[in-house]
Amino acid sequence: MDIFLQQVFNGLTLGSIYALVALGYTMVYGILGLINFAHGEVVMIGALTALAAANALLALGLPVPLVLLLALLAAALVCMALGFTIERVAYRPLRNAPRLAPLITAIGVSIVLQQLAMLIWGRRYHSVPQLLPSGSHTIFGAQVTEVQMIIMATAALTMLALTQLVNRTRLGRAMRATSESPSIAALMGVDANRIIALTFVIGSGLAALAGVMVSANYGITHYHMGFLLGLKAFTAAVLGGIGNLAGAMVGGVLLGVIEALGAGYIGDLTGGVFGSNYQDVFAFFVLIVVLIFRPSGLMGEKVSERA
Amino acid sequence: MRQPKQRALIGLALIGLALAILPLVVGAALGNTWVRVLDYALLYIMLALGLNIVVGFAGLLDLGYIAFYAVGAYLYALLASPHFGLHLPAWVILPLGALVAGVFGVLLGAPTLRLRGDYLAIVTLGFGEIIRIFLNNLNAPVNITNGPQGIARIDPISIAGHPLSRPLEIFGYTLSGVTLYYYLFVVLAIGIIFVGIRLQDSRIGRAWVAIREDEIAAKACGIDTRNVKLLAFAMGASFGGVAGGLFAGFQEFVSPESFGLLESIMVLCMVVLGGMGHIPGVILGGLLLTLLPEAFRHGAGPVQQALFGKVLLDPESLRMLLFGVALILVMLYRPAGLWPEARHRRELAEK
Repeated sequence: MDIFLQQVFNGLTLGSIYALVALGYTMVYGILGLINFAHGEVVMIGALTALAAANALLALGLPVPLVLLLALLAAALVCMALGFTIERVAYRPLRNAPRLAPLITAIGVSIVLQQLAMLIWGRRYHSVPQLLPSGSHTIFGAQVTEVQMIIMATAALTMLALTQLVNRTRLGRAMRATSESPSIAALMGVDANRIIALTFVIGSGLAALAGVMVSANYGITHYHMGFLLGLKAFTAAVLGGIGNLAGAMVGGVLLGVIEALGAGYIGDLTGGVFGSNYQDVFAFFVLIVVLIFRPSGLMGEKVSERA
Repeated sequence: MRQPKQRALIGLALIGLALAILPLVVGAALGNTWVRVLDYALLYIMLALGLNIVVGFAGLLDLGYIAFYAVGAYLYALLASPHFGLHLPAWVILPLGALVAGVFGVLLGAPTLRLRGDYLAIVTLGFGEIIRIFLNNLNAPVNITNGPQGIARIDPISIAGHPLSRPLEIFGYTLSGVTLYYYLFVVLAIGIIFVGIRLQDSRIGRAWVAIREDEIAAKACGIDTRNVKLLAFAMGASFGGVAGGLFAGFQEFVSPESFGLLESIMVLCMVVLGGMGHIPGVILGGLLLTLLPEAFRHGAGPVQQALFGKVLLDPESLRMLLFGVALILVMLYRPAGLWPEARHRRELAEK
């Protein structure tokens, strides 16, 4: 029983990170109908920027909480600028181009980001300084580290804030209107270009946060970490119903739990034929099953018709 | 009436002659490394032509295409290497590879073809990754794929009892192994181009284009869209399977590393950069994307050495960096590709 709970907690931690990244995909898809392939790389840049900033600040001898805050801020700023630039350079000029064109530029952007990161930070794995408290607690027989708790709590708060932003503010209303119909929103006086740029910026900010969380969770970062993470987060967004914010959150958490439980139990279930090295297969398997049986995702309704 | 036909024949003969001499000239001028590069270019062209059926003709975005290449390559590796002690001849395995890859294509296509656009892209991407992960891990409990180490000592392809990996002496002139492979690949690539052109002009080919342009209208015109799309998947996959088999025989080694997402993307880029659905464009795309990076790989180090006195940036990542930039620039300035189909060009101009 405690193994089950243990995996559920691991899954929830992973899932809240997926959810944050998935939000970035889903917001962009909701408005532009475009898979922002480069989003995973933004997460990676966020993680590595935060690491660089943290190392530099620690060397200056600043107190740990301040370092954490400033590193996070640096990562968020870099990622937001990046998101803004990507939209401006790679997507905006192609808004009326054939459907494949922005996909190819997105792939181009993600290759460029990955190689830049490799040139700057090198090919090796970087270990991340311990900035968060390292203790752990036993909850119903499962070991939950404080890092995991902080990740889950931060993710939950961030998502709450985002929901408020989208549902309660003027900006949120403009975002919803634009995703409903950009041309009609424009008639109502919404500056669609500005909203789209802001969507990218917000999504990238979330990506930076997620990047920091991933590196805190695993203790290492690497220029290649963005790709698989991005893919899984996209899976999570599709699982929840792409274009749907609540869906991305639910999908992310669910995918994390499925993956953790799958990795924990696949060995027992298959009599040792498959091991936890198949963990990454689960995400794709889930994705394929969902798309076949419920292409609009768990919480999506009308979005699939536009695809 | 005979004039143009004759001219066409002369043109074809000249192209044939040029293709025949090419490896000899390249081999003499630049060395066998570059003939090998040409061999890879031909393999990629075959792959790109296969993917062109799926993406270019039928308009189905497939991001896991390399999986079929992997299936073909591993099938060859398993049936012609000491791994299982089997040594079947290439002429048995290659058609089998086409068949098996085609079956995989149907297996993937059948449940997913209801999906459209981006969703299909992601599912195929997932499929490609699943195949790769399985190749990586199917070494336990029963060792099928030998895991990440891959399968080595694969039999080379042989023709009339002569393995192509060994040099052949004709009329006192020695043809190197890579040159022999070049001739085989050229012949097969021409075969595939021919099949592609005939398919394009056939009833099926027109049905594919109709589906690409407007699926609902195609359906209304009486096209069985599901089966026709499945056929596109199976055909594209079987081209990939054949190319994969050739790759395994040529390299004499396969490992899961050769079949990552980046390879799928590379092939897709050849199709899209060249000009989707336009066979000459796709060939151009395949050539450019194999030759240029290769030239760069060889050139970047020495050029930096000459300019700055030392190698500042790792040529490998500089190469990828420029590749990414090139993708973005070409799409921004020529969204229909470098050499698009005439009809496609007109449509874009109308918009």
